[in-house]
Amino acid sequence: MILSRKELLGLTILATLILVILPLSLDIFRLNLVGKYLTYAFVALGLVLCWGYGGILSLGQGIFFGLGGYCMAMFLKLEASSVENTKIQSTPGIPDFMDWNQITALPWFWEPFRSLPLTLILVILVPVALAFILGFAMFTRRVGGTYFAIITQAVAAILTILIVGQQGYTGGINGITDLRTLLGWDIRTDNAKLILYFVNGLLLIGCLLLAFFVKHSKFGRILVAMRDKEDRVRFSGYNVSNFKIFVFCLAAAISGIGGAMFALQVGFMSPSFVGIVPSIEMVIYTAVGGRLSILGAVYGTLLVNWAKTSFSETFPELWLLGLGGLFIAVVLAFPNGLAGIYGSYIEPAIKRFLRKKSDLMPSGTLPQGSPAE
Amino acid sequence: MNPPVTNAGIISDQMAPDFLLTVEGLTVSFDGFKAVNDLSLYVDEREIRVIVGPNGAGKTTVLDLICGKTRATSGSIKFRGQELTRMNESKIVQAGIGRKFQTPSIYDDLTVFENLEISYPKGRSVFGALAFKRDAVVRDRVFEVAEMIFLKDRLNERAEFLSHGQKQWLEIGMLLIQDPDLLMLDEPVAGMSVSERKKTAELLNKIIANRSIIVIEHDMKFVEDIAHRVTVLHQGKVLSEGSMDHVKHDPKVVEVYLGH
Repeated sequence: MILSRKELLGLTILATLILVILPLSLDIFRLNLVGKYLTYAFVALGLVLCWGYGGILSLGQGIFFGLGGYCMAMFLKLEASSVENTKIQSTPGIPDFMDWNQITALPWFWEPFRSLPLTLILVILVPVALAFILGFAMFTRRVGGTYFAIITQAVAAILTILIVGQQGYTGGINGITDLRTLLGWDIRTDNAKLILYFVNGLLLIGCLLLAFFVKHSKFGRILVAMRDKEDRVRFSGYNVSNFKIFVFCLAAAISGIGGAMFALQVGFMSPSFVGIVPSIEMVIYTAVGGRLSILGAVYGTLLVNWAKTSFSETFPELWLLGLGGLFIAVVLAFPNGLAGIYGSYIEPAIKRFLRKKSDLMPSGTLPQGSPAE
Repeated sequence: MNPPVTNAGIISDQMAPDFLLTVEGLTVSFDGFKAVNDLSLYVDEREIRVIVGPNGAGKTTVLDLICGKTRATSGSIKFRGQELTRMNESKIVQAGIGRKFQTPSIYDDLTVFENLEISYPKGRSVFGALAFKRDAVVRDRVFEVAEMIFLKDRLNERAEFLSHGQKQWLEIGMLLIQDPDLLMLDEPVAGMSVSERKKTAELLNKIIANRSIIVIEHDMKFVEDIAHRVTVLHQGKVLSEGSMDHVKHDPKVVEVYLGH
């Protein structure tokens, strides 16, 4: 059994919201914007598993989102840089920014991105490989807590600097722009954006199911146990570092998928989605949604981004302060985020309401949710 | 089987497997301070060994060394002929050694059932844990252990709501479910009421079958109740060893420990 009854209901409501209600009520511009936000929800979901359940706070999840996004963007860029499209360049057939930087041949690490199947594998594999190296280096040496968070920040900063500095190979600060088609299918049209939105939504629901599976497996309980009493788990015969590496890699894989969907829907990828600031923002989405709530990650992401869009249009200079304030408020007042608010205020109210109704209809048997965790 | 204590060095390799656990010349130094100094210890199959000693004698450090939490500076620890000093902690557990910590070390956020289930020795690898199924065998074993540790009717409660004594039992149960050959308990009755102590002694006597136990304990009444043999540590060395009667009347022991 992957889902409890309550979770099934919650997932159904969320799926209806993403796949039915939002597409019916928003125009394609707004829907595309929601689609973009939902790609961040992948990262927030990864953080629920690795931070909420595993107790591993990574402040560098943007790395994995970025790597996934860059992998996809590189494929799209190569397709957009066909010889016909780039015949005015001094070296036709390579991305425009390479030509501007006097590079005359495609670098070796761009080669795999000529193939879509290979790209799709790399979207997951590249983030996982880096997460594995980082995780292996840290967790087997028992580096954890704040030190781990700081190191992930440093890696995020290094990766940003690397991307910005190697302009000829990566597109630099501008990122990889002007992405046009996927196997000849124009991704810039409204129709394509609608389809990509649904693909994104379905992938997200798939990842949510995966997260529920992990949570309900013994692996999920071991994560919680590790967060509580790492030594007890170790002296119960488990290799703790392997479990940490795995959950960190899983979070990276999920983030990578989000990044790839971002590049497809937004049509570009830049280092501003890789570094420290976006990484911390993604932690805030998770905290606002409730770091122990798989579905909360999605709501937290949507809420913060909706607030960001509304407020940053009206008070551009106050927004960042507002975001910081929101984070502090959530941590201090609602440590379990939206999910906590739901569990302790809204759910009891619904139950009371339903009970009142069932008192009126004596034969009514109402589904009783499992007790809140 | 009388383990030679004073001239431990002459034990030959052929004789070693006679003991479940053979500790020889074990030394660990923290920045020059030798918490355990050239210690030798032999534990038989199915023996309850109690380690006593004043604070700072190195009792807990000895357990830390055996289970791999602390690495020895020199010396050897052999368990059924397997050298433990270079094995990693989870491998030592898998070899059949269970360790209970001094303060109850249980998973507060999980239920009693889940606490025991996690300790069940199956699905200990990452993918094993993902594929782990809570089948009838697991369930029966959890019920069986829960009954032994007097927690049968609290299986679905979160462990944080247990009393201190019940938490201690739960942790003993978590070790028991692994069915270790050697169980190491660090002050299992500390902070327990008189009746809880009695029940714990009863529990220890029940679970002794087919395994050896090393217990660290201060409570002399409790030690007399359970010990087969007693080892007195002082400043990281064995001061005296033998039956409770023997160590009680050993003048060296009286001087450094019981006399205080």
